Amino acid sequence: MKSLVGLWEKNKMDDKEKKQDSLYVKLIPYFEKYGILLLLVIMILVMHILQPDVFLSWRNVTNVFKQISWQSMLALGVFMVIVTAGIDLSVGSIMMLSLMILAIVAKAGAPWFIVVLVPLFAGFLCGLINGLGITLLRMPHPFIMTLGTLYIFRGTGNLISGGTPISGFTDEVRYLGHGRIDLTWLGLEKSQYLPVSLVLIAVVYFVFWVFLNHSRTGKWIYAIGGNPSAARASGINVNKILIIVYSLCGFLSGIGALILAGRTDSGYPNAGLQSELDAIAACIIGGASFFGGRGTVLGVFAGVMIMGILRNGLNLMDVSSFWQQVLIGSIIVLAVYVDVLRRDFGTRK
Amino acid sequence: MTLTNKLLLEAKGITKYFGTITALENVNLKVHEGECLGVVGDNGAGKSTLMKVLSGLYKPSAGALFFKGKEHVLDSPKDSQNLGLEMVYQDLALAGNLPIGENIFLGREPTKNIGFLKFLDFKKIQEMTSAHLEKLKINVKSADQKVEELSGGQRQAVAIARSTAFNAKVVIMDEPTAALAIKEVGKVLDLINKLKSTGVGVIVISHRMDDIFTVCDRVMALFQGTNFAESQLDKTSRDEVIGWIMGKK
Repeated sequence: MKSLVGLWEKNKMDDKEKKQDSLYVKLIPYFEKYGILLLLVIMILVMHILQPDVFLSWRNVTNVFKQISWQSMLALGVFMVIVTAGIDLSVGSIMMLSLMILAIVAKAGAPWFIVVLVPLFAGFLCGLINGLGITLLRMPHPFIMTLGTLYIFRGTGNLISGGTPISGFTDEVRYLGHGRIDLTWLGLEKSQYLPVSLVLIAVVYFVFWVFLNHSRTGKWIYAIGGNPSAARASGINVNKILIIVYSLCGFLSGIGALILAGRTDSGYPNAGLQSELDAIAACIIGGASFFGGRGTVLGVFAGVMIMGILRNGLNLMDVSSFWQQVLIGSIIVLAVYVDVLRRDFGTRK
Repeated sequence: MTLTNKLLLEAKGITKYFGTITALENVNLKVHEGECLGVVGDNGAGKSTLMKVLSGLYKPSAGALFFKGKEHVLDSPKDSQNLGLEMVYQDLALAGNLPIGENIFLGREPTKNIGFLKFLDFKKIQEMTSAHLEKLKINVKSADQKVEELSGGQRQAVAIARSTAFNAKVVIMDEPTAALAIKEVGKVLDLINKLKSTGVGVIVISHRMDDIFTVCDRVMALFQGTNFAESQLDKTSRDEVIGWIMGKK
């Protein structure tokens, strides 16, 4: 009996070794890293084939980037939180509150550089409140703290503004969300401009990519998501890092508010309603794991793009927004199923 | 191993209360250079609490810790690390999503400065990891492998490598072989012997008499949070030590 078990164990190991050598297994790490980009490229091709005249036109492409500009900020913030195995449900409300504060300060006649800085500071402060609540009040899960602040921040935004829209900002304030970089010096037409928000996305994503992958704090954020007790035992101040992460997430929501102010030229009560769910969806589609410790900045960007292109493409084809909801939901479930399969395969039990 | 070796770590009269529960009462412990001390005891005897006191995770309610004859108060794991006291936890305390090298240097990563910004020095991490694994004769495919892809024995080896990467003087191991396949146990015990030969003091907490009698020089038993018995290994037997665990002398 014993020898039989031994034989079985041996066979199992042989199988494993064979598996490890096959081309398929060698490709997996690359697929893991760049698979989401592949999906993005396929989507772009499909949309191009379906809408050859419109989809890849300058106007439509810049439109997609303008549409995803503020969502991409929220998604990046939520992504960092998800890497620590946490969640932030309040980003939409943080953005709305920051936007309302911006609008009130602008209406009060503050100089533009104050108006521009105010939402960033407000967002940071909201994130700090989340971080302090989660660590100091020892909430059992970030879900609870940020669910609370989801209501608190939106309520506060409505209280200070009376629940009515406040419109009309100066061009300086609107620059990041609405500005255009003229490309006529390249021989392009006047309509072929570069949205400032696209440049902003690139800069912010690059800075956070460097931060997460090349700084100690960034490495510790991943370590906390991988094994919080390991991080603690390594002398890492886990609470401090979590407070930093939630504060940065709030700060990014503040940038989102600034972009949205530029795009819509108004602060309005429904700003960013349910956008926290879009942000989470983009992270999950982009390959971030809810178990923490996994995911890339590039993946989040791809996730945001996939959602943006899906919505844009379906709009172009005049597909009802109800179908858009069904499709996005299906993609989330599929993406997470792929994550589950990958974990089964990649981790030794 | 003889007692003429220098005394590294001494705990005197360690007492620890959790509310009304007494986890440790007046416990003493000594470990010398190049010596392996085995700590045995039943579940709840206070072994893990004692180790957490030594690693700075818990503050003792009473008692004092001496390192090389000097008294120290440990407020955090950082303090004990700075003294050269390192802990290998039973749950290994590794982040599976990070590569071997980044786990070994977690919390103490080498950086290079560009202006006022500090960036992780991946090249240095890689080189130091390879050199350190080489020194301990630990074989892995590459230092870039993620820890979650390793076997239990390899993970234990990484955990031990991690504990000794920064000039450790005393390494404390909590059940180092508990989760391992039989053929991997030998490798870990070899590693402990290698540490001893470099003058490191080792404290091994284990239920396995085989482990204790293979690598330890001295064994002490805790029973209900107190020192129960202690002996040089060559002056006792397995049956006697098992008796101590159950509270019989």
